[in-house]
Amino acid sequence: MRFDYHTQYRQGFALLPHTSDRVLYGLLIALLLAVPFFASTYLLGELGYVLILCIAAMGLMVLTGFTGQVSLGHASFVAIGAYAHAWLMTQGLPFALSLPLAALISAGAGLVVGIPAIRVSGLYLAMVTLAFSIVVEQVIGLWRGVTGGFMGMLVPNPELLGLSLSSPRAFYYVCLFFTLAVLLALLNLMRSGIGRSFVGVRDSEAAAYALGIPVKRVKVGAFGLSAGVTGLAGALMAHHIGYLTPDAFTLLLSLDLVLMVVIGGMGSLRGAILGAILISLLPRAVAALKALLPDAMARQSGMEIFVAGAVLAFFVLFEPMGLNGRWLKLRALGESFPLYRRDTFRRQKSYMRSERNR
Amino acid sequence: MTALLELDEVELAFGGLVAIGGLSLRVDKGEVLAVIGPNGAGKTSMLNLVTRVFNARRGRIRFKGQDIAQLPRARIAHLGIARTFQNIELFDAATVLDNLLLGRHRFGSGGWWQQVLRTPALTRLEESHRAKAEEVIEFLDLSPWRNARVAGLPYGVRKVVELGRALCAEPELLFLDEPASGLNPEETRDLAFWIEDIRTELGITVVMIEHDMSLVSAVADRVICMAQGKMLAEGTPAEVQGHPDVIAAYLGT
Repeated sequence: MRFDYHTQYRQGFALLPHTSDRVLYGLLIALLLAVPFFASTYLLGELGYVLILCIAAMGLMVLTGFTGQVSLGHASFVAIGAYAHAWLMTQGLPFALSLPLAALISAGAGLVVGIPAIRVSGLYLAMVTLAFSIVVEQVIGLWRGVTGGFMGMLVPNPELLGLSLSSPRAFYYVCLFFTLAVLLALLNLMRSGIGRSFVGVRDSEAAAYALGIPVKRVKVGAFGLSAGVTGLAGALMAHHIGYLTPDAFTLLLSLDLVLMVVIGGMGSLRGAILGAILISLLPRAVAALKALLPDAMARQSGMEIFVAGAVLAFFVLFEPMGLNGRWLKLRALGESFPLYRRDTFRRQKSYMRSERNR
Repeated sequence: MTALLELDEVELAFGGLVAIGGLSLRVDKGEVLAVIGPNGAGKTSMLNLVTRVFNARRGRIRFKGQDIAQLPRARIAHLGIARTFQNIELFDAATVLDNLLLGRHRFGSGGWWQQVLRTPALTRLEESHRAKAEEVIEFLDLSPWRNARVAGLPYGVRKVVELGRALCAEPELLFLDEPASGLNPEETRDLAFWIEDIRTELGITVVMIEHDMSLVSAVADRVICMAQGKMLAEGTPAEVQGHPDVIAAYLGT
């Protein structure tokens, strides 16, 4: 165990309080920066895609993990971000201006969807967001003038200050930059007043009201923020795909995002990133697995879905705190070895009446 | 004595059921007022009226002369009214410290751009909130639990954390809804000292709903007994305990 000696409160605020953390995260960033110099073009494209999914998962984590609101329609915010960005660029807006605008448009849509969240929660909210994503899919399919309809639309190549960003290496750096920027911004936000009020609304609305938190505004605001971040991921996704069609943003993408958040571990940005990495690499792992299996098994259809379902079931049963929980346990094991006790993380059952006036 | 809170002929009804009928009472600045009464008397409903969980059908509720009966629910805390809940309403997945910091919400936490960028001004603001939270931690002896998650704490400690969260809001008027329920005698004794200190050292007016008459007699200046949505008796703890109507209401004779 490590005990810190602080003489000022701000020492406790540090994101990376220990030298070992700073060294390890520094090495990680150095590795991520160095990847383009030895990785293949294919691998770079895949890594960029993983980074984009990390951003989208962080966006959903703000909503589901921190504010406790379910959304089965986040693929529609990815779609809105992607189409808004592509359309703005075809109108001649530069990449650097169109990207934040696309995020803002998506955030605006999020605010609108957030309004029902004032009244409904849980399963009902899931249904509202699901309905919204179906509506968005249809609108995109039918609004030919802007989106190209079911035929799709070509995404213009990204440029910044006259430099093309369309090469895999340049685009990888763009994705890395935005992932780190979003991560830092959300980390700061979630440990300040806004993040605390999100958590307050999630855990007890009655108490949040009693402390003067405007619960309705917080709920709608969380939707807007989440949709904005997810829309930014969508705008980057547009360049990754290159050619937008409505079927790139179906319910399956929404479910994947929910899986990332749940498997990653609720209420942790690290969890969102770990979940995004796991879920986006799962199909690759299944493909690799197929090569090892007997032919009759490998040719079965639905293998990917089976494995994804099995992984989810495994996590819900054995690690409800998700990948982030597992990470915290491993770190505690390393720090307190050999005095680690498994029960440290076991949650005590408490029996209390829970009448609530929400 | 000036009145801090005044209820004037307040009525609360759920459909045809009148939970509180024509209740008038006043809370003076600097006193400890205890509200007692059998279950279903409308004690917590009265508190929920003041904190705007429920809408009064009739009547006026004045806090420092201002009518608060129509204010939005989230405004109440900003006026300087804090409360605890009968069935603890803590932010379970957060740490004790975060719960206390949430109590500081009404004093602001900086603009969103400052929070995103974590500007030096924001760091100073967070430090001032933290300093206040630490004062409360010291006051209530919570330091062993500072970084523990609320979900894993014993019941008695949670009660204290909830009291601490209310104190972090630096209220003028503090409502305690059955603060001693589920506490052991030792914890109840601690609570009696704290309520005394909250009044004398922090200058906070306390209204508590409580069944434990030993606690009520120990700390309350004045007791109100409610039954079936009405005020039955008012006076010092001894007077109210000896009042024939009160005895009848409790014993059902």
